[in-house]
Amino acid sequence: MTRDIYRLMLPVVSLAVLLAATFWLQPRAMSYFGLNLLFNLAVPIALATIAQMMIIMVNDIDLSLGAFVSLVACVAATFLTDAPLTGMLILLALVLAYAALGAVIHALDLPAIVVTLGMSFVWGGLALTILPSPGGTSPDWLRMLMTLKPPSVPMAVAASILIAVVTHLLIVRSGIGTVLRGVGGNARSVQRAGWSVLRLKALAYGLAGLFGVLAGMALVGLTTSADANIALRYTLLSIAGVILGGGEFTGGRVSPAGAVIGALTLTLAASFLNFLRLSPDWQIGAQGAVLILVLAARLLFTRRSARA
Amino acid sequence: MTQPASDATAIVALTDAAKHFGPVRALDGVTLSIRPGDCLGLVGHNGAGKSTLVNVINGTLPPSAGRIDFPLSGATAAAAACVRSIFQELSLCPNLTVAENLRIAHRGLGGLNWRRAARQQVREALDMVFPGHRIDADATVDTLSIAERQMAEIAIGFAPRDAAASLVILDEPTSSLDAAIAQQLLDYVRRFCAAGGAVIFISHMLGEIFDVASRILVMKDGKVVAERPATEFTRQGLVDAMGHVAPEGAAVQAARAFGPQIVATPEGLTACRGEIVGLSGLAGHGQAEALARLYLGATSSWRSAGGRMVFVAGDRGRDGIFPLWSILRNASVSILPRIARRAIVDPAKEGHIAADWQRRIGIRTADLSNPILSLSGGNQQKVLFARALASDAPVVVMDDPMRGVDVGTKQDVYAMIRSEAAKGRTFLWYSTETEEVCQCDRVVVFRNGRISAELTGADITEERILQASFQMEEA
Amino acid sequence: MPMTLLQKPWLWSWLAAAASFALIVGLTEGRGAGGLAYAALSFGAFAAIVGLGQMLVISLGPGNVDLSIPATMTLASTLALKAMGSEPGTVAMGLGVALLVGLATGLANFALIYLLRLPPIIATLAASLVYQSLAIWSNRGLRIRPPAALAEFATGRSLGVPNVALVALALSIALWIMLERSVWGRWLLASGQNLRAARLAGIPVEAVRAACYVTVSLFAAVAGFLLASFSGGAALNMGQEYLLMSIAVVVIGGTSVAGGASNVPGIWGASLFMFLVVSMLNSYGASAGLRMVLTGLIIIGIVIAASTRRALR
Repeated sequence: MTRDIYRLMLPVVSLAVLLAATFWLQPRAMSYFGLNLLFNLAVPIALATIAQMMIIMVNDIDLSLGAFVSLVACVAATFLTDAPLTGMLILLALVLAYAALGAVIHALDLPAIVVTLGMSFVWGGLALTILPSPGGTSPDWLRMLMTLKPPSVPMAVAASILIAVVTHLLIVRSGIGTVLRGVGGNARSVQRAGWSVLRLKALAYGLAGLFGVLAGMALVGLTTSADANIALRYTLLSIAGVILGGGEFTGGRVSPAGAVIGALTLTLAASFLNFLRLSPDWQIGAQGAVLILVLAARLLFTRRSARA
Repeated sequence: MTQPASDATAIVALTDAAKHFGPVRALDGVTLSIRPGDCLGLVGHNGAGKSTLVNVINGTLPPSAGRIDFPLSGATAAAAACVRSIFQELSLCPNLTVAENLRIAHRGLGGLNWRRAARQQVREALDMVFPGHRIDADATVDTLSIAERQMAEIAIGFAPRDAAASLVILDEPTSSLDAAIAQQLLDYVRRFCAAGGAVIFISHMLGEIFDVASRILVMKDGKVVAERPATEFTRQGLVDAMGHVAPEGAAVQAARAFGPQIVATPEGLTACRGEIVGLSGLAGHGQAEALARLYLGATSSWRSAGGRMVFVAGDRGRDGIFPLWSILRNASVSILPRIARRAIVDPAKEGHIAADWQRRIGIRTADLSNPILSLSGGNQQKVLFARALASDAPVVVMDDPMRGVDVGTKQDVYAMIRSEAAKGRTFLWYSTETEEVCQCDRVVVFRNGRISAELTGADITEERILQASFQMEEA
Repeated sequence: MPMTLLQKPWLWSWLAAAASFALIVGLTEGRGAGGLAYAALSFGAFAAIVGLGQMLVISLGPGNVDLSIPATMTLASTLALKAMGSEPGTVAMGLGVALLVGLATGLANFALIYLLRLPPIIATLAASLVYQSLAIWSNRGLRIRPPAALAEFATGRSLGVPNVALVALALSIALWIMLERSVWGRWLLASGQNLRAARLAGIPVEAVRAACYVTVSLFAAVAGFLLASFSGGAALNMGQEYLLMSIAVVVIGGTSVAGGASNVPGIWGASLFMFLVVSMLNSYGASAGLRMVLTGLIIIGIVIAASTRRALR
């Protein structure tokens, strides 16, 4: 139990430190609207990070997630607006495609990193076919949902907490979530106990597809239009978010709450660097440096938890 | 010899069951029935077909020929007949807690409050099998020691879950347990069978077999070569039936003269040139860690070990074998710089040295370029010995290197170690088995990560070792 | 023996490359086969060089990958071209600068992995952001032309073969000998199969890992240097397509992502294929979207074909 707490402490502390530094630089950010602005793009990134976490949970990695989220965004900005039913069916088919992908990867014992690499071309190509040039419009209900102004807590923060709670219940507390993590820990023993690892992997991938779809829809709700490359950086962002949140690449050791916090930290890092008025040349590099710094801090925490 | 398979009181009945892997007859027509109350001791050398038999009974492998029935329950599958297996290699999910692991094994456990039920079942099962254990049901498995993991796994195997277990298969269950905990398990197995359960107990430790088994089944080359009540076997008779003539007991080693001291660690582990030092005590009391620290401290991750010290792994899969490689490459990996000219490996030299060691240590293969995984476990272990001994390192560190090795191989290796020691090599040898420790010139006993006693010559007896393992004050 | 040929992991990438080649040539009825082969060798050479480096890292076992290849290519070529400043007689110095950059990024990557215990994916990703910023800052997007002699070499040919392909071939042969025959290659492959067992067998595993991460960066620097010379200057996004490309050629080439097995000939088959398949889809008039979809499906198809072959063995 203590180890789980240590696993969560790093993301919490790094988010708090970054938040404090931001408020110190820009006290006006310490308000409802300030927070909303800071975490504006956090919701789609958090959802994408959860999607990536589902895959990492079963010891795979998804290099196609960014392309997939872009494709969903393109579908949401076109079909979902013009022909809602068709749009819904397409999105459902995409979730099922993800589940099928998981089943194929397991059944044929394929390296996930390569199959998803191939799929990133497929999703990208489909997105380009649907929306050859940037455009489309978000469905009204989606835009309204994403720009809701709940009392006292900004939408982005409230939604992030909701995502963390729901996925924590699903992955950490529930029985099926435990079995899914078991697949990452020791697939053979899960198989021996009579579970179908094929179905479990399909389920994990299906969940990843579901959260990927949600990420794409949330993104369109915020940006109101889409293009085929809109979320390509989500692949790497989501991987970084999972690791930042205390997850590990192997062994089914993931933390949904940590992943959401990791995604918030990454979002905040970008806003923070804006406030620093850093030369644009160094914006990207500084993001890399923040990432390295936070992960370096992890070293201290893991040492501490080894002693605990 | 066996009851007819139609016996309606049998939990499981095999009729001429066979399993072929290509031309290999891993199981060659076995007829067998197990009834409530049976405790079947299963013995045989590595590759005799024990694991295949187990896997056919528990449904992991479908038989190539013959039948398998579950007359008592009328079930068609092992799981429905409440047949459980506890495997030799640890098979829990290390990232989950003990209770969560029960959830994996117990598919029917559902409901909103499954955690509480799981916790309670695990606790009850642990208390039942290993009274006085200190395992927390909410501890993540990877925070437990190997012995505790094995205990948790055994407890989950015996836990009632939906229905009580009818037959529990234990494959080398005591390999990571120390003597006291192993005794608890044997006691429980006896109680379990007396209450109407059945157990198949596989072990290389014949003492345990005689201790618990009501019947003993001897396998050789995929066939059952003997099946009788345990009382009708003698230790020697059992070894003979398995097809090996091993000398009974181990003689006390005569005192020899050693060279200067060449190993000394801060925790007081020392060794002289030519000495065989045994590390003993209860399993998991810091022996393996002490050896790993010694080896990792004496070698570097940045420079080739260059023949200062070599390591023989006992956990072959984790610490020893390179699974993609041939026997040859596995054997030569530690001596590459010596057989290379300008950093390019000389294949002639490599083949020559490997062939030499194949002959000396008796690795049973037609061709050293066969994959390492084509060998049985015992022969893989011989390759690891060859890898270490082929180097000119003066110190050989061995971390329980005989795990799952059969009696015949052990005798070969004992002889080889003694002859190498006579030539001036130093051995540090951790073992959980007293018979092996008795091969040593000097034995240090570990307790709670520290050395609690040092025994030499005639003092090296099971009794003295146990004393030092448990004794509360320093010897 | 035909069976042993079928078991070669590089076979599939070469078959796929040959099939795409035949399909294009079939469409044009044999015209332009020579030109196509020449172009494939030229463009394939860059993919091959980065692929060779990535292969070393991937052979180290699961989790090992270098995502900083594109940034290293950009940074090395930008700094090298800036140092040369289009002046004649500075080529050796430029190459030296590129190699130094490769050495530095490789060491920096490994330092993050080793000292901070970061997973390589994350370490190289984070570091690549810094390299990218360095490249932007050093040059502000100005395009400096390579010295004429260098540009001539990079676009020229010897014995009818593109010079860049010859360089890539020389690197491949050197690496192949290292992997197959040398002590270092054995150490690498052992470490990739089981790092712990390798350490316990006396192999200097950290030195091996460091060498791999430095080598991949050096190869990326060479590829960037040649590519910038070939295309008339460094561009900030010049390495971008080589991120996925470098991983794709390694896997299509038959190197196992489980580690411990590497495959030099397969890298070439896969590099040629990656160029040819796009040319093929182009010449059949596929749209950009369709081209991507088909490329992805073909990659997956090859991986499935290669894995079922493994299972049959």
